[in-house]
Amino acid sequence: MADAAVDKGWATLLRRNGDEVVARWSEAAAQSLEGRMTRAELERDVREMYDALVAGVGEGDRHTLADASFAELRALLADVSHTRARQGFSSTETAVGVFALKEAMLGVLEEHGDLAAYRSFADFSRLIDELGLYMLEVYAQAREAVIGEQADALLELSTPVVKLWDGIISLPLVGTLDSARTQVVMEKLLQALVDTGSEHAIIDITGVPAVDTQVAQHLLKTVQAARLLGAECIISGIRPQIAQTVVALGIEFGDISTKASLSEALLAALRKQGTDVVRRTGRRDR
Amino acid sequence: MPTPVVVESGEIHEIHTDADVVRVRQAARTLALSAKLSLVDQTKLVTAASELARNTLVYGGGGRATVEVVRLGPRRGVRAVFVDEGPGIPDLDLALTDGWTSGSGMGLGLSGARRLVDEFEVSTDVGTGTTVSVVKWTR
Repeated sequence: MADAAVDKGWATLLRRNGDEVVARWSEAAAQSLEGRMTRAELERDVREMYDALVAGVGEGDRHTLADASFAELRALLADVSHTRARQGFSSTETAVGVFALKEAMLGVLEEHGDLAAYRSFADFSRLIDELGLYMLEVYAQAREAVIGEQADALLELSTPVVKLWDGIISLPLVGTLDSARTQVVMEKLLQALVDTGSEHAIIDITGVPAVDTQVAQHLLKTVQAARLLGAECIISGIRPQIAQTVVALGIEFGDISTKASLSEALLAALRKQGTDVVRRTGRRDR
Repeated sequence: MPTPVVVESGEIHEIHTDADVVRVRQAARTLALSAKLSLVDQTKLVTAASELARNTLVYGGGGRATVEVVRLGPRRGVRAVFVDEGPGIPDLDLALTDGWTSGSGMGLGLSGARRLVDEFEVSTDVGTGTTVSVVKWTR
């Protein structure tokens, strides 16, 4: 009796109608993934998943993804999820590839199945849900990893210290200044002050969207630390709306010099340094 | 006092990490733009939202922010409500004093945020949490 059930369940149906399942599966998946990947790529993915699934399905119809025989399938699904996450597919687009198998299987059932096969569809459906959830889980982890890498890259990239003149360095700040970034920024600036022997540093905040008390506090601390090294800081790039907000917040910049633009700050630093900037008159060729 | 304020659209954000504070700030900026607040008012609202979200995180131990576009008659505005279930504020007058802080900040967050917005309400109970609601209206 058990044998009869095995013979008529979804696993047998899946095994016997391989080509048809793969064709229907690809068809169903292609509807949601139209344009995101080529048909050939999709069919290859589907074929691989089919092979791994069939290889893992042993006797009977009740399986869970945790079965040892599914190790290969799990690895494959994880691989596919990783790739999709890195290629920028959405979570739906990632999981739909597996869920499309249900639709394909229903089609095959209509053609070849009998009552027993229909009965076993619930077991099949449960397994496919597990596969989909597993893919989503891996997808989420992969996305998180991508985001983490990007955050790290941003931390590295966004804090260049630029030498503007002998003894004058500039630090253009872009984006949000949270505690972690400020720490990096401050270290870089102080190190650059020591390395270049500069006495003037211009912190340009043109690219900082909002200056709240935390950002202001970080800026003030950086300026104080620079002073301990014998360097003077000028904060430049204060836009009108930022100025108004800072005043309303009640933040005092005290005796720290501030300028509206980087060029004004550079001029101020040059003057303090004793460098005169003179516009040449008369001969204008060269 | 309670005039019919219509909520047009809104977002809810959980606040549990520094990154969530940034998210709340971005939501406030997006909605301020869609409510057509002036550039200065946008910046003020975003800064106030940033302060209050950080307060929720640091002093309230995390919570939730609701940012929404509201309409009152012909005026539109952005309302931000910050809810935490933290220790509450024992002395609200003291907390609203410039320069006073129970932590390591500048002591301008709460009082400064009040000056940045048009409407400001705090309800707090020691032991049960704090709710701060602010609105910035178009001019």
